[in-house]
Amino acid sequence: MERKIRVIVAKPGLDGHDRGAKVIARALRDAGMEVIYTGLRQTPEQIVQAALQEDADVVALSILSGAHNHLFPRVVELLREKGAEDILVFGGGVIPEDDIPFLKSKGIAEVFGPGTPTQTTVDFIKTHVKRS
Amino acid sequence: MSDSEKLKAAVEVWNAKADKTAARFPERKQAFVTGSNAPVNRLYSPLDTQDKDYLESVGLPGEYPYTRGVQATMYRGRLWTMRQYAGFASAEDSNARYKYLLAQGQTGLSVAFDLPTQIGYDSDHALAAGEVGKVGVAIDSLEDMETLFAGIPLDKVSTSMTINAPASVLLAMYIAVAEKQGVSAEKLEGTIQNDILKEYIARGTYIYPPAPSMRLITDIFAYCSAKVPNWNTISISGYHIREAGSTAIQEVAFTLADGVAYVEAALKAGLDVDDFAPRLSFFFNAHNDLFEEVAKFRAARRVWAHIMKDRFGAKNPKSLMLRFHTQTGGSTLTAQQPENNVVRVAIQALAAVLGGTQSLHTNSRDEALALPSEDSVRIALRTQQILAYESGVAETPDPLAGSYYVETLTDSIEKGVMEYIRRIDDLGGAVKAIEKGYIQQEIQDSAYAWQMGMEKGERIVVGLNKFQVKEASPKGLLRVDPAVGERQVAKIAALKAKRDNATVKGALEALKKAAEGEDNLMPLILEAVKVYATLGEICDVLRNVFGEYRPSVMF
Amino acid sequence: MYEELARRCLDGEVRAVARFISLLEDGDRQAYNAMSAFASTIGHAQIVGITGPPGSGKSTLTDKLIGYFRSKEKKVAVIAVDPSSPFSGGAILGDRLRMQGHAVDPGVYIRSLASRGQLGGLSKATAFALRVLEAAGYEIVIIETVGVGQSEIDIVKVADTVVLVSVPGLGDDIQVIKAGIMEIGDVFVVNKADRDGADRVVREIRAMLETQAALKRGRSPSAGPDTLASRSIELLHHGQTGTQAAAPVEQTGLEDLPPVMKTVAETGDGVQELGACIVSQFEKARQNGALQERRLRSIKAQLKDIAAWQLMDRFADSGGEGRLKRLSEAVYLRKKDIYGAAKELTAALVKGEST
Repeated sequence: MERKIRVIVAKPGLDGHDRGAKVIARALRDAGMEVIYTGLRQTPEQIVQAALQEDADVVALSILSGAHNHLFPRVVELLREKGAEDILVFGGGVIPEDDIPFLKSKGIAEVFGPGTPTQTTVDFIKTHVKRS
Repeated sequence: MSDSEKLKAAVEVWNAKADKTAARFPERKQAFVTGSNAPVNRLYSPLDTQDKDYLESVGLPGEYPYTRGVQATMYRGRLWTMRQYAGFASAEDSNARYKYLLAQGQTGLSVAFDLPTQIGYDSDHALAAGEVGKVGVAIDSLEDMETLFAGIPLDKVSTSMTINAPASVLLAMYIAVAEKQGVSAEKLEGTIQNDILKEYIARGTYIYPPAPSMRLITDIFAYCSAKVPNWNTISISGYHIREAGSTAIQEVAFTLADGVAYVEAALKAGLDVDDFAPRLSFFFNAHNDLFEEVAKFRAARRVWAHIMKDRFGAKNPKSLMLRFHTQTGGSTLTAQQPENNVVRVAIQALAAVLGGTQSLHTNSRDEALALPSEDSVRIALRTQQILAYESGVAETPDPLAGSYYVETLTDSIEKGVMEYIRRIDDLGGAVKAIEKGYIQQEIQDSAYAWQMGMEKGERIVVGLNKFQVKEASPKGLLRVDPAVGERQVAKIAALKAKRDNATVKGALEALKKAAEGEDNLMPLILEAVKVYATLGEICDVLRNVFGEYRPSVMF
Repeated sequence: MYEELARRCLDGEVRAVARFISLLEDGDRQAYNAMSAFASTIGHAQIVGITGPPGSGKSTLTDKLIGYFRSKEKKVAVIAVDPSSPFSGGAILGDRLRMQGHAVDPGVYIRSLASRGQLGGLSKATAFALRVLEAAGYEIVIIETVGVGQSEIDIVKVADTVVLVSVPGLGDDIQVIKAGIMEIGDVFVVNKADRDGADRVVREIRAMLETQAALKRGRSPSAGPDTLASRSIELLHHGQTGTQAAAPVEQTGLEDLPPVMKTVAETGDGVQELGACIVSQFEKARQNGALQERRLRSIKAQLKDIAAWQLMDRFADSGGEGRLKRLSEAVYLRKKDIYGAAKELTAALVKGEST
C-alpha cells in the first residue's frame, strides 16, 4: 500500500480564527494527505504529543493572535527534545515579515502569510517532507 | 398597449439586440455573479420591481418594515457613530490610544480585549503565555478597568466592548468604575457584544456550554432592563460569521437565527418581549460587492421586523427595528500592497453608509499584517469623515432605494435568508443547529469554495492573484511589548497581596451557590469585582459549576 | 531495523509504536514478520470496541472512558477510525480533537487511522496494531469506529467487549442499530440521554434484544401472548419509563441480555457506571469461558486470513502472474476447465512452483 503523508493541523494559542486552518485541512485532504485536526487552544505540548502518537510527517500551525514568536519555536524545541527533528514544521497566519527570519532560525521550515494559495502549501509539503 | 406592455416589448427587442452584441463581442465572463455567488442579470428594469407593493415591502424611512432605515431623517439628523475598535497591551497603553482617538473626533469608544481576557483567564494562567495584550487590552481585575478609563468621563462617552463569554464580568467592572467616578448605572451608554452563539459558530472564544451561557445572557437582559436601561445588552454578530467565510446571505441568515434563539431564551426566562427587544443590537460586516452589501443591510432590517412582529408579537416599534454596527471586512484586506486596502475600506464603508448603519468601524490598511499603527488608524477614521462630510451620500436616507437592481437583490437576499431560517427551525433552532455542526459546515463549504475560486482565478483579488508586484516588507508595524505579560503577572500578585482575601473568598462562594441555583448572577458578579476578585477567579467558579464547551467539528 | 523497532515497542516507546503501526497500515511485510517479537504479550490487554452512528457522541464518550480507566490507573490506548475521501484518498481525522485533553498524559496513546478505501486491509492493520499496543503495555485498548457497514463491524469484532452507542433524535431511532449490528453488542449505550426520547430508545433496544433472544431460543415472535417478543412489543408501546440515568435498565428477569446504559458524555453522567459495566462484562466473560472462546475464534479467523495472505504473497513473489495468465488463457480457449485449472494452481502453490 502507498505511504500517505500525515499532517497535524493545529491552532496553538487562544485565537479562535480557524478559517485558514480548516481550509488548509481540506486542501491537504484533497491532495491525498491524511490530516489530523486537533482544533483550537492547543498547547505546544499537546501538539507535539499528537505528532508523535500519530506518526506525523508534518506539523502545520496556524496563529492569528500574534503569539507566534512564543509558541512556534516551542513546538520545534519540544519535538527536538523527543528526537523528532525529522518532522517538518511550518506555520501560517497573520505574521509580520520581520518575524520570519527569527522563526526560521528557530526551525520553522516556512511561514505562509495571508493570501497564500493552498496549492503552494501542498507543493511545499510534497517537496520538503523528510520521510519517503 | 399599457405602459407595462410597452416596456415588456421594448425589453424583448433590447434583449435580442444585446444577445447579438454579446455574440459579436463576447461578455467578459460566462456568468456574472455577486460576491456571494448570486447571479447578476444583464439588465434590470421596472419589470423586475413592478409587482411589489411599495409601502408593504419597502416602505418609508423610519417606518415598518424599515427597509429604508430605522430613522425618518437618517443621517440628516445625526451622522453614524464613528467608532474605531481599539485596545492593546496594557490598560495604560489603551487608555492613551482612546484619548488620542477622542481628540481626533471619534465619537464612541470600542474596547478590544486580549484573548486570555476573552476566554476568562488571568494573565498568569499557563494558556495565557505569549497572548497577554496581543489582540487587545489585558484586564485581570477592576484595577485594570479603572486605569483603562482613567480621565474619561463615562457619562459622556458611549462604550462598546467586544466581550462575550465573560461579558457579565466586564460589564460589572464598567458599572463599578462608573460608580467610582460618581456616574450612576442609569446614565451609562454602550454595548457589550455578549453573543455567545457566534463564538461557537465562528469566533472561538467560548467558555461554557450553550445552556448556562444562554442563562448568563438572559441574566444580563433582565438586570440591565431594570438597572442599566440605556445599555445595549447584546450585539448579535454576523461580522465573524462572514469573516469565517460565509456568503452575505449566510451572514444575515445565521445572525438572525441566533437573534431568534436569544429572543426565545429571554421569553422562556419570563421576560416580556418589549422589555428587552429594544436593547438588542446587531453587528454586520461590509465587503466589497457594493450593491449586494447595501441590499444585505436593507434585507436584514426587513426580515427582522417581520420576525419580531409576526413571530414574537412585539408591539413597541423599537422592538422591530434592527439597529446595527458595521465593521469593514478584515478578511478582504491583503498583506500584499497594503495601500490598496485604503480603497477597499472606502468602498466597504460606503456600502455600510448606503445601507444605513448606526455606527461604523473602518479597518486600517495594515491589519492583514499586524495591529494597526496610529497613522493607519487615522486614515481609516478620515475615510469615514470624507464619506460623511464630502461625498454627499449622507444627505438623504437610503439613496439607492428604487434602483431596480438593488431592490431585486434585496428581495433575493430576503428569500435566501428566510430559507435558511426555516431550515434551522426544522433542526430545532440555532443552538441545535450549532451543536449538530450544521451552521459551521455551511460556512466552511462557502469558505472553501471561495478559496478554490480564487486559486482558479475565477475570483480576482487585486495584488494577490492578479497585478502582483515585488515589494519590500512593510515598515512601522505596531508591536506589542512582550514585557506586558510579565507586568500583568506582577500586578496580579501585588493585588492578591493587598486585597481583603477573606471577602473575595466569601463573594466567590456566594457566586458559586447562586450559579448552582437559578438566581440572577449579575448582582453577585458585581459584588465580586468590587472586592477585586479577578476575572479568572470569577470565571473559574462558573467553569466549575457549568463545565466547558467542546466544539463539534465536521468537514 | 524492524527487530530494533519491535524491541522499542516492547519498551513502550511512543514513537516506535507510532511508526510500527504506520508500517502495518502500509502493508509492510517485514513489519508483519517482526510481529513475532510480540508472541508472548498477546491477550494482555482488554480490547474495547466502540461503534455507533455519526453524531452519537462516540468520541466524547471515548474521551470520558479514557478518564475513567486512567482513574483506575490503567494505561489506555485508542485507535480511532475515520473514512478516507473516495475522491482524493486523503482524509481529515477529527476524532482526536475530542480527546486532546489526554494528549500529554504518558499513560494514554491515541492514534487516528483512515480507512484508505480498503476497510478489509484496515481491519487487518487494526487487528495487528492492537497486538503492538498491548506489547507496549497498554492495558485497555479502545477501537472507535463509525458503525455503518459490515467492514466497520469487522474492525470492531476483534474486540473483547463491544459497546454499541445510540442516541435519541436521529430520526428513525431504531434504524441506528440495525439488526446485524445488534448481535455483536455486549453493552448498549444510549448517549445524550438528557434529550427527549432517550427512554424510548432504551425501550426499543431492550425490545429488540428480547426479540432476538426469543428467536434464538426457537420461539416465534407471533406465537402467543406469553412469548418474550410479545412482551417486548408491549413494553415498546406501554412500557414504563423512569429508568435511572446511568443505571442498567431493569432486566425483566432476562439475566443474559446485554445491559443497556444511559450516558450524557458531555457532562460525564453515567460514564463511571459504563466503565464499570465494561469491566464487569469482561470479567464475566472471562469467568464463564466466553472470552476464551471469543479470542480463540478470533485468532482462528485471523490465522486463516493470514495464511491466505501469505500464500498470495508467495504467489506474487515468485512470478505467479505468468502461470495465472497461462491457465486463464487455457480456460478461455476451452482447453481446460476452470476448476481443474484452479486445482493445478493450488498444487503448484503448495509445492512452491510458480512458472
